[in-house]
Amino acid sequence: MSGKPKLHYFNGRGRMEPIRWLLAAAGVEFEECFIEKKDDLLKLRKDGSLLFQQVPMVEIDGMKLAQTRAILNYIAGKYNLYGKDLKERALIDMYAEGMMDLNELLMSYPFQPADKKEQHLANALDKTTNRYFPVFEKVLKDHGQDFLVGNQFSKADVQLLEILLMAEEYKPDILAKFPLLQVIEQCCFGFVLQKFKARVSNIPTIKKFLQPGSQRKPLPEEKDVQKAWKIFH
Amino acid sequence: MSGKPKLHYTKGRGKMESIRWLLAAAGVEFEEEFIETKDDLEKLRNDGVLMFQQVPMVEIDGMKMVQTRAILSYIAAKYNLYGKDLKERAWIDMYVEGTTDLMGMIMFHPFQPAEAKEKNLALIIERATTRYFPVYEKALKDHGQDYLVGNKLSWADVHLLEAILMAEECKPDILSAFPLLQAFKGRTSNIPTIKKFLQPGSQRKPQTDEKFVALVRKIFNF
Repeated sequence: MSGKPKLHYFNGRGRMEPIRWLLAAAGVEFEECFIEKKDDLLKLRKDGSLLFQQVPMVEIDGMKLAQTRAILNYIAGKYNLYGKDLKERALIDMYAEGMMDLNELLMSYPFQPADKKEQHLANALDKTTNRYFPVFEKVLKDHGQDFLVGNQFSKADVQLLEILLMAEEYKPDILAKFPLLQVIEQCCFGFVLQKFKARVSNIPTIKKFLQPGSQRKPLPEEKDVQKAWKIFH
Repeated sequence: MSGKPKLHYTKGRGKMESIRWLLAAAGVEFEEEFIETKDDLEKLRNDGVLMFQQVPMVEIDGMKMVQTRAILSYIAAKYNLYGKDLKERAWIDMYVEGTTDLMGMIMFHPFQPAEAKEKNLALIIERATTRYFPVYEKALKDHGQDYLVGNKLSWADVHLLEAILMAEECKPDILSAFPLLQAFKGRTSNIPTIKKFLQPGSQRKPQTDEKFVALVRKIFNF
């Protein structure tokens, strides 16, 4: 028994990826136990290891934690990535929940039926540029600080970085060509986000995570989609 | 300005109901401003008070909070319904995510197309009785205490009671195989603040009906 957290999921991003990011950003080494076929999932269920019969599941500090948010909150709390008081937590939670909604939109794209894919992506990118990115841009602009909440690195920053990178995978220029709704600072919007991204990516733990060969998973390919479908249906 | 939290939503359960429950259980009086037309929603959006253009939104302690979970977590922590340490929080979070998933299924049921409804209801009942309720029944059995976590009322208990009552609306005898949950329901319903919320005339909203479905579709465009 290594003492390191142990992640149970299939070998892909899905709902485990934000957890991988957060552990990496906290500088915590972790192990992964991949579900490769349906039997693997059934075994975990039979063993009684999955609270609601679902993954992600993370073995950490003697617990078998289930539910993505519960896991993220625990890690954030443990590694001081959750702000210094209740109000900072509230802001972190609000931003993170918005990001999770957007993550859901982007993450579900490869799993859409072929004839719905294009529209789904268009909608997702629309929401990205019109509903979500403007909010975070404004936050940074308003306080002029390096991080989203309390002038301190938090779970909100980690999740933001993940979503910025994911959005760029779908549309490389999504930050540069930002269609701004507010009058002021329209031309600086993308630039501030890019600067922000550069700052967070240089945090040593995250930089390590961005190197090839790290535990960060790639975008799912068709064969991964098929595999996941087979396991979970 | 009253100092009471102010809830912005339609006049129905939806995602705001869990927030009403938690505030009520905590003994916190609150006001409600109802979105009755599309224009009401547009006005809120144009006023810039909805962070992601969505409701629920709750004005509380000088903040305009959005995102259901963020709001619930804040209320839970503020009113000591979130356990005493990180591990208890983790358990509460896990339990709440389970009841959220179950209530989510029930919440969306009236919005399903007619031909899918029967199958969907069967799925809800199956999930309730084979995936979710067994977990809470076991939790109560294992520690033999009155509350789910830390021998003290928490957000998880309030949320579970809400989920039980919603599930019973789908199938009145749905707790028949869960004696401890039945006892839990009885006990928790009798907590004075909760008992008050369960009485007619409270701010608890009724079951979603056809009329509400139509209203929601109109306002939120789906």
